[in-house]
Amino acid sequence: MPILWLRVALGCYAVGLLYALVALTRSSDLLSKVALHAAYLGMVFHLVSLAEAVELSGQITLTSVHNAESVLAFLIMVAFMLVYLAYKTTSPGIVVFPLVFLLTLVAATGQQPILEMPAGVRKGWLIAHIALIFTGYAALCVSFGASLLYLIQERTLKSKKSAGILSRLPALEVIDDIGYRSLLLGFPFMTLGLIAGTIVAQATFGRIDFLDPKILLSILMWAVYLVMVYTRWSAGWRGRRAAYLAAGVFVAAVIAWSANYFSAIHRFVQS
Amino acid sequence: MSFRLIGVNHHSAPVEVRERLAIPESRLAEAVRHLVQHPGVDEGLILSTCNRVELLTRTRNGTADLRGFLRDYFRLEPAAFEPHLYDYSEADAIRHFFRVTSSLDSMVVGEAQILGQVKEAYATARAVGAVHSQLDLLLTRAFAVAKRVRTETAVGSSAVSVASVAVELAKKIFGSLQGKHVYLVGAGKMSELAARHLQAHGAASIFVANRTFERAEQLAAKFNGEAIHFSELYNTCDRADIVITSTGAPVAIFRREHGELFLSRRKNRPMFFIDIAVPRDVDPEMNKLDGIFVYDIDDLQQAVTAHVTDRKKEAERAEEIITSEVERFRARLLTLEVVPTIVSLQDHIETIRQAEIDRVRGRLGPLSPDQELAIEALTRGIVNKIMHTPISTLKTAARTSEATTVIDVVRRLFNLREQKPGKPDGEPGEHD
Repeated sequence: MPILWLRVALGCYAVGLLYALVALTRSSDLLSKVALHAAYLGMVFHLVSLAEAVELSGQITLTSVHNAESVLAFLIMVAFMLVYLAYKTTSPGIVVFPLVFLLTLVAATGQQPILEMPAGVRKGWLIAHIALIFTGYAALCVSFGASLLYLIQERTLKSKKSAGILSRLPALEVIDDIGYRSLLLGFPFMTLGLIAGTIVAQATFGRIDFLDPKILLSILMWAVYLVMVYTRWSAGWRGRRAAYLAAGVFVAAVIAWSANYFSAIHRFVQS
Repeated sequence: MSFRLIGVNHHSAPVEVRERLAIPESRLAEAVRHLVQHPGVDEGLILSTCNRVELLTRTRNGTADLRGFLRDYFRLEPAAFEPHLYDYSEADAIRHFFRVTSSLDSMVVGEAQILGQVKEAYATARAVGAVHSQLDLLLTRAFAVAKRVRTETAVGSSAVSVASVAVELAKKIFGSLQGKHVYLVGAGKMSELAARHLQAHGAASIFVANRTFERAEQLAAKFNGEAIHFSELYNTCDRADIVITSTGAPVAIFRREHGELFLSRRKNRPMFFIDIAVPRDVDPEMNKLDGIFVYDIDDLQQAVTAHVTDRKKEAERAEEIITSEVERFRARLLTLEVVPTIVSLQDHIETIRQAEIDRVRGRLGPLSPDQELAIEALTRGIVNKIMHTPISTLKTAARTSEATTVIDVVRRLFNLREQKPGKPDGEPGEHD
């Protein structure tokens, strides 16, 4: 059943995807409204799907690569809705919807049995680790979306094409604000999530293998993230450079995520 | 009805021609007086703005030599302006004037200024008695049409002028203008207008720097702003989010190194430069800096044009309104022409009837009141029966193009005295 609900949610997100594709060429108030409602609906089905999966497996950690992607997609949607509530703009959807659609699509097309936790895992810390890291990832996704929008908007304004006036993207400062805030919000989650992860790893394996790709890449991502937050905060980096850097952090995060497929200790895919 | 309109506008004539024909406001009344004294001109109005000079007249038989008037009044060679002149009469003149008043003929379609300018021209012409009868009707209708176009189409709805495009761009950069600071460099009319727009949209404070400090103080006082000595320009400019430059400086006063300085002082918060000076005050290189946006007058103009094409569809709907209004107005004027003919026809017949009764009364001897009534009823009945068809024909003809012919025939048949339709006061027809 969870997969059925997930597929219904996928259908709803497809409307969002359509909005994202259309919004690149022209703006439509109606479509943005429809997309927003479809997104609400999709989130409801998505939540049902996740709840059922938890109930069926009897564990909240949902350790399989598909479930992880499903959870991430859901959290990104939550972040998107928070931005909508604060700024009344669906524009980040141009980036967020395709991302969510892709993640949900992957999650909805295959299901793997949920892995049994190795003995000795500290469950509380594991849950904390997952929740914090995923929230951090979701914030990063929104920040990435805002960065792309910023670059588009900045280019139209600088090139002085009339689209700069006609397009309904939010104002540059507003986009900058969305990107900065979500980046800033994501950082403590990411940091605490990594700490929780370290504690889980230490407890499970007794030591931490710093050469494992997952751990190495995660530390690298965190370092890039730190640099980003620092330059913005202290040196007042804004605008184009900041947008590039935020995109850089996102890429680092995607690489760290992909390590799930080949890490020895942090692997969801059954071999 | 013999309306005639000649003139030049921004489509037909370059500015060199328009400025030679332009009439300053102070001399307009005198010019209109000259116009109505010109042979053949019954009523007249002159509209002179920076984009157009037009003479709208009602002429006797449409024969007045309006080109001659322009030649004499401006003492110009015909070759200097006649190739640029347009010349409309009757329905075309009405249509053109409706379009002008509704701002469909403006450089920036939909701008509201033109209506005010026409109203001023009307007030001037009325004051000297140059507009009193049918031209008055035409103008009143033109204002009503302009209002219809404005309320029924979106032609005048979105940003149009350079100043409001500047506001929209600023909003695209800053979101809300609340609390933003505006810096005027140079105290021109245009930058004042832009500043007024920005302030109306919430901009917080206004600084003014000008080479003559007194002028800066005057302008700053208008906005409750702060006047700044020109020598302090580079030290204070980073306080502003939006800078409007309009100095007469021959070289750029803001260059890349200034932009870099401002950005570092502002911790990279963005700045928007609106450069309406020619030659430009801001080096285009500045636009390449991350966080600085420079728009010069051409860029703004381009943005305005983009808006105009955007509203093309609305303009088409407006044209439809104009077409139907021209028809309505013409029909109404024709009815007005018919009414005096009907009135004099009735008078004429009534005179004949009375004369005939008086003539035979002597021969009939004293009559009882009943007999008086019978004679009255008999003669009146005959007259009414005979006159019914000609009058209803006249009324129907009023709504067609053959009205003048029918009027002419009726007048000749009954040998009615030639008379021009007078003041339309108390005439039938709606007044709106």
